[in-house]
Amino acid sequence: MSRFRVAVHIVPRRGILDPQGKAVADALHTLGFAAVREVRVGRHVVIDVDAADRDEADRAARAMCERLLANPVTEDFEIASVAAQPASPGAPARSPDAANAAAGVR
Amino acid sequence: MRFGIVRFPGSNCDEDAFHAAADALGEEAVFLWHKDHDLQGADVVLLPGGFSYGDYLRAGAIARFSPIMREVAAHAERGGPVLGICNGFQILCEAGLLPGALLRNVEQCFICEQVRVRVENAGTIFTSGYEQGQILRLPIAHGEGRFTGDDALLDRLESNGQVAFRYVNAAGEPTEAANPNGSMRNIAGLVSERGNVLGMMPHPERAVDAVLGSTDGLALFESLLARVGA
Repeated sequence: MSRFRVAVHIVPRRGILDPQGKAVADALHTLGFAAVREVRVGRHVVIDVDAADRDEADRAARAMCERLLANPVTEDFEIASVAAQPASPGAPARSPDAANAAAGVR
Repeated sequence: MRFGIVRFPGSNCDEDAFHAAADALGEEAVFLWHKDHDLQGADVVLLPGGFSYGDYLRAGAIARFSPIMREVAAHAERGGPVLGICNGFQILCEAGLLPGALLRNVEQCFICEQVRVRVENAGTIFTSGYEQGQILRLPIAHGEGRFTGDDALLDRLESNGQVAFRYVNAAGEPTEAANPNGSMRNIAGLVSERGNVLGMMPHPERAVDAVLGSTDGLALFESLLARVGA
C-alpha cells in the first residue's frame, strides 16, 4: 500500500450560468486583460489516499467525485494529478506545490 | 397527524417548523436527530431550513449522507409525504429525491425578503388548500436558491404538473424582475413525480402568524392535514 496525493478540479459545466466566473472575467477585462474569453470558477480538492498503485488511487478519486465531490447535474470534474507520497508514519505531508512539482504538474 | 422535523447540525428553522405544525396547525410535532434511524412514527417528514454542515462543499451535499436520510428516502419510497424547505429543498435535490440542483443566487448574495409566488398546481397534497393560480406572500432567506436543470427536465416538470410554485410579480406574472435568484423558469418549488415530496425555497413555516407579516403559509400545512391526516 502506498500513499498518493490526488488533486481534483471541479468546475461548473459549460452551458450552466456561472455568475462568479462572469464577474471575474469582467474584472479581468477592467484590468486590461482584454484577451480573456471566458472564466469559470470552481473548486480544487486535494486528497491524500492510500492505494495499491496510481490507477487504484485514480479510480478511488473518480468514485469520490461521482458520489460526493461533484454534483453530476451541474458540475464536471477532472483528476488533475496523482502523485506518490512518502508514507512513513509521522512524516509531515508535502505541500501540494511540491507534490505537483514531483508529478510534473504546473 | 404527526410531523417529524429533522435536525441536522446547522438547521436553524427547526423551531419555526415546530411552531407552524404544533401551534399554528395544532398537530403533533417531534424533532428527529439526523444521526438516528427512527422517524418516530411521523406521518410527514419535514427537512427544515438552515445551513446543515455549514453548507460545506455544496448546500445539502453532506446532510444527504446523514444516517436518517436512509429512512427519509424509504418513507418517500413508500409514498409518505416529505417537505423540504430552503436547505431542506437543497438536501432533497442532493439526495436525488427531487430532480435538478440549487446553485448560488445569480446576484451572488444572500437574499432575505418577502416575495410573491403563484400556486402552479393546487392539486398536490401540499397545495390543495390554495386556489390554482393564487398569489402568496412568503419570505425567502437563502444564498443558493437558483433552481437549475436541463431543458428536458424543465419541460418534463412543466408537463407533469410538478412545478408547485413560481416567483411572480404583483400582477401574477413570472417576470425576470420578479425572480429573486435567477431560478430557471422562475421555479420556487416543485414536487416529485409521484407528488409526495415537495421542495421549496420560500418559507411557509415563517408565514403562519399575521404578526410576522403573512399567514399565507398556513394553508400548506392545512392541506397536509386534510389530505394526509384524514
